[in-house]
Amino acid sequence: MKRTWQVVTAATALVLAATACSSDNPSDTGSDDDSGDTGSHSDFYDKAELDRQLGFRTATAEGPADQPWEQMLSPEMVDTAKFKKEGPYKLCFSNAAVNNPWRQVGFKTMQAEVDLHDEISDFKVLDAEGEDDKQISDIQSLASENCSAIIVSPNTTSTLTPAVDGACKTGVPVIVFDRGVTTDCPVTFIHPIGGYAFGADGAEFLVDEVDGGGKVLALRILPGVDVLETRWSAAKDIFDDSDLDVVGVEFTDGDAAKTKTIVDDYIQREGQIDGIWMDAGATAVAAIEAFEDAGVDVPPIVGEDQQDFLTKWQEDGLTAISPTYPTYQWRTPVIAALRILNGEQVPKEWVLPQPTITSDNLGEYVNTDMPPLHYAMCGCEELPEYPDAWK
Amino acid sequence: MKRLAPGTLPVFAVLAILLVALAFAGPAYEHPQGYIALLKRAAPLMILALGQYFVIVTGGFDLSVGSLVTAEVVIAARLLDGNEDRTWPVLLLLIGFGALVGLVNGLISTVLEVPSFITTLGMLLILEGAVFLWTDGAPRGALTESFRQWGRMGFEDVPWIGQLPYSVLILLALGTAAALFMRTGMGRLVLAVGDNDTSVRLAGGRVRTIRTLAFVVSGISAAVAAILLGGFSGVSAQVGGGLEFEAITAVVLGGVALGGGRGSVVAAMAGALTLKALFSLLNLLGISGALESTVQGVIIVAAVAYAAADTGWRDRVLRSKARSTAQPGPPAPDVVTTS
Repeated sequence: MKRTWQVVTAATALVLAATACSSDNPSDTGSDDDSGDTGSHSDFYDKAELDRQLGFRTATAEGPADQPWEQMLSPEMVDTAKFKKEGPYKLCFSNAAVNNPWRQVGFKTMQAEVDLHDEISDFKVLDAEGEDDKQISDIQSLASENCSAIIVSPNTTSTLTPAVDGACKTGVPVIVFDRGVTTDCPVTFIHPIGGYAFGADGAEFLVDEVDGGGKVLALRILPGVDVLETRWSAAKDIFDDSDLDVVGVEFTDGDAAKTKTIVDDYIQREGQIDGIWMDAGATAVAAIEAFEDAGVDVPPIVGEDQQDFLTKWQEDGLTAISPTYPTYQWRTPVIAALRILNGEQVPKEWVLPQPTITSDNLGEYVNTDMPPLHYAMCGCEELPEYPDAWK
Repeated sequence: MKRLAPGTLPVFAVLAILLVALAFAGPAYEHPQGYIALLKRAAPLMILALGQYFVIVTGGFDLSVGSLVTAEVVIAARLLDGNEDRTWPVLLLLIGFGALVGLVNGLISTVLEVPSFITTLGMLLILEGAVFLWTDGAPRGALTESFRQWGRMGFEDVPWIGQLPYSVLILLALGTAAALFMRTGMGRLVLAVGDNDTSVRLAGGRVRTIRTLAFVVSGISAAVAAILLGGFSGVSAQVGGGLEFEAITAVVLGGVALGGGRGSVVAAMAGALTLKALFSLLNLLGISGALESTVQGVIIVAAVAYAAADTGWRDRVLRSKARSTAQPGPPAPDVVTTS
């Protein structure tokens, strides 16, 4: 029996010791601090780029308004006459991965865009399955494939830069989209406005919708990824300047179960949560369910353009916003490649508009016939294979 | 009242302390609803601990349950794809798939005599890879409401506690069945297999069958846990990550001896509840979830160290007793080694 009590004492001591440690835990964002300590910026923080992106949000894009994948923001055109070539063309694409619904929707959209063009006789795709090493060798093998143009969606920025440089040296036009590389050898780099604008759209919405002093929980997927760090950086700046109380910044790994547990934990710990900011919407519905199951009203929430979230938003009349990282950007590299091979000018940096779904235009994007994780901003509704290929 | 099985008292003591501490730590535990919610969240892990108990007490390990849970949820989403009328067939199929995986684990471990640690590690990797291959890392399809209700809903407006979750009822039913089974002759045979399989074999007991069935029970419990977890939080390709270690930690915390032969199934489930209660307490105290795996690591080492020390201590006491009663004469032989 003596031992039993030793264990009980030890367990109590363990709990007490763990409590004592809580003050120097870096990810504890200090619920006792009313100003909401959100920590410091990551190494990716770039104030000039942040300001540039925030400016882009209100700028008018050039190009057809009903085809945002062909639009461009303040383009600096470059001459491509030296790449002019007669068809038919063989397009080659080195894809970082198709390992999440966003990339799956995007890739299908890209394939459908390719199918629109008879002058593309061959579309060769190598999937790097999320591995830098594989993508490096993929790009090398495409460089010797006699491609008319090479499209690259890099897995990571710095590691893939030399491989892209190598592809450029073969003289074939190289087009980079989504994540960037740190060389300017590609003919064009295509991307939506970017993560800062995405993060700011959601944070500004919460500042408007949540009463002063309200408790905001920020949910992030994981640290250390540039495209996600920028989203949080912009939101952090806005929250720091507001009177909102950021009671927690937590990582969900993009997992619904973990998200639901975290939100539930915070509802228990804080008594109430007045706003949810997310750096990606894949688990937004899980966050909403945590409030439902706790029997409290769903507060203003930032999601994304996944159908499950949009549907829930409409059905329950939530106060919500969806910044988007539009999947229609997957159409643009194909269009760019054909323009380049036709000798037409393209922008050196092709910045696509990045629309936001609000309660005003929500109805245009909700489509309950599509799968829950379909991204509404795919720009794919007019393509011949729609909707079956996306289901 | 039957005496508690040896080694199980600490877990109930720790659990009681944690449950009382929760009431002081957060407003959510001022009402019974808070504890029901805790039980609801803990139910999948407690059911996994039940399955894991049978494997561990017969002398094995089942490391495959985490990725089996993930596979089950992903399969369910793909097959249901939002069609309500497929719910029941898919539920049955999931249970069947869990039993099949358990059967394969069991047969490979017993007939081919591959150590279960390796068999189930292999199964973990096989299922993980198969799920990734099948889904490209992003699950498709959707679970139906009638599928999700089991992990999410319950009987509403129950006096005093509010909602009585279905998952808690399922947990109680399975827990009671397992506890009653362990009191039967067959249940004692299960313990005996882990304790000394040679003597069971010599006495005519079917050791391989019992061990294989333990894996089948574990596979079915993983299927039930998957149904509850998928119901609780929806489709996710990470839902089962790390669950095998949580289940083993829970069983060890419940005082079940690794290597088999000793421990109670109720205590193993109490171990799972203790683990969840501890995580909830840490959360209420403002400690990051990142510490969960560290706490788990400390528990698993501490619990096994405690069990080893406890066994050694009892050995010495019994030996010295034997010596004193046998005086005068030669020292008594080493009789007490079974636990």
